[in-house]
Amino acid sequence: MACMRVIRPGLLTTVQDIGRWGHQSSGVPVAGPMDLYSHRLANRLAGNRDEEAALEVTIIGPDLRAVGDVLCAVTGAEFAVEVNGKSADTRKSFEVPDGATLRVGACVAGARAALAVRGGFDVPATLGSRATSVVSRMGPFGGRALVSGDELPVGTAVEADCQAGQRLPLPTGGARLRVLMGPHDTRFHDDVVGRLLESRFVITPESNRMGYRLAGPILRSSGAAEVLSDATPFGSLQVTGSGQPILLMADRQTTGGYPRIATVISADLPVAAQLAPGNWIEFVACAQDEAIAALRLQEANLGAVAR
Amino acid sequence: MGPLRIVSAGDSALLVELPARVDPATSAQAIALSRRIEDRFQGTLRDLVVGYCSITVYFDPLVQDAAALATEIRELAGGMVECPVVDGRLVHVDVCYDREYGPDLSEVAEYAGGSTEDVVALHTGITYRVYMLGFLPGFAYMASVHPRLALPRRATPRPRVPAGSVAIAAGQTGIYPSAAPGGWHLIGRTHLAPYDPSRAFPFLFRPGDQVAFHAIDRAAFDRAVP
Repeated sequence: MACMRVIRPGLLTTVQDIGRWGHQSSGVPVAGPMDLYSHRLANRLAGNRDEEAALEVTIIGPDLRAVGDVLCAVTGAEFAVEVNGKSADTRKSFEVPDGATLRVGACVAGARAALAVRGGFDVPATLGSRATSVVSRMGPFGGRALVSGDELPVGTAVEADCQAGQRLPLPTGGARLRVLMGPHDTRFHDDVVGRLLESRFVITPESNRMGYRLAGPILRSSGAAEVLSDATPFGSLQVTGSGQPILLMADRQTTGGYPRIATVISADLPVAAQLAPGNWIEFVACAQDEAIAALRLQEANLGAVAR
Repeated sequence: MGPLRIVSAGDSALLVELPARVDPATSAQAIALSRRIEDRFQGTLRDLVVGYCSITVYFDPLVQDAAALATEIRELAGGMVECPVVDGRLVHVDVCYDREYGPDLSEVAEYAGGSTEDVVALHTGITYRVYMLGFLPGFAYMASVHPRLALPRRATPRPRVPAGSVAIAAGQTGIYPSAAPGGWHLIGRTHLAPYDPSRAFPFLFRPGDQVAFHAIDRAAFDRAVP
């Protein structure tokens, strides 16, 4: 069986699939890729189903050595990608021959890329998923990021063609993210909601796969600083007791007790995933219809064939 | 059943809120309604999460319409005329309330205005209800602890709370399923694992379960190493 051996792990490289769904009622975080769109596109470029496990690469990519010939695809953020020192064309899938080194170097635009291999990474599943939850230490390699010496077995490919799809347009410097207001927006005064939608926030260095802590105006709620704990979807903008907003991302916990003033729409989460500390965010209110239309458009860009 | 508020929690989740209170009747309604939703939609939903007094329904917005889903949930709730509080299984938990395993025992005793023995008596004197799970895989929020033990969370969370720690905070009690940072007060340790992937059903607790804690001495605890 072919495998990829980790020579250098990069800044934060984790195995992810589409997430560990169905166990949140037992406190199990979904995890999965920050940028689900690029995860699915990388798999399609490599001729896989969307559900296969791929790597999420962050800011500085890994060096991986192929044991056996491996067909790879890298998409999402733009990285300098080389095979044995020669620049690879990442617009489509490319071969990393037996013994060759795949280097995913420095990030040129965006923040996170998905690296898929034809056949997927065949690491053990936990509760039906190969997603890595660093916070709850669940998933392959004990739920940690990859380190030098790790071996990633490559699975058997299904008979499928490599597909093309549109890459995600990458934000530069910051992004406007569309939100649906709520579920707890009524706990905030109108002027606080106004401040949310009229201000520019900056992603602080205390940000990670769990969430982005945002610097900007204080958004204190008018009632109690906490709500009785309920579920915290991806993209929720929760406001802590100090009035600082935190945008909850892929590695969020299942539940939380802070009020959530708004929620980023699904179609804009991949854009949010391509932001890094220092980048700005502006929030724009939209309606459910617009959110669904944006998601349908994104689905069409990904490729018409359902996989 | 009582009044429901159904609001969007983003474009692919609905938050179904019952009156905001921590009581067995409201919790029982949330659990019963979540089972009805589960039965009605038979695996077409992405996930269902029960809270203290809420249910969050995760769905695929390209397949299901949020407004139609909300209408159906209201209809399901409307059909629930009576909702008796049905207790789940009774789970017994042996705990070693020892100063080494419960480094906050003295502080809790001081808050309670009694001895550490009093803390143990107060903690074991109540059968708790599991209201919801969250925070970590298998972590169950149990309530309500005796008012004398209802101290708030620690001002500064510990960077690492050992697995099996029995803890209290803000009127609730729980067991850390794995080592994690945590802000609750540690009063003891159990060998019981709330999450064990090698078990047929890996999770020990479900919302609605009853939990009884029993004190065992250090020697018995050390002998019982699993």
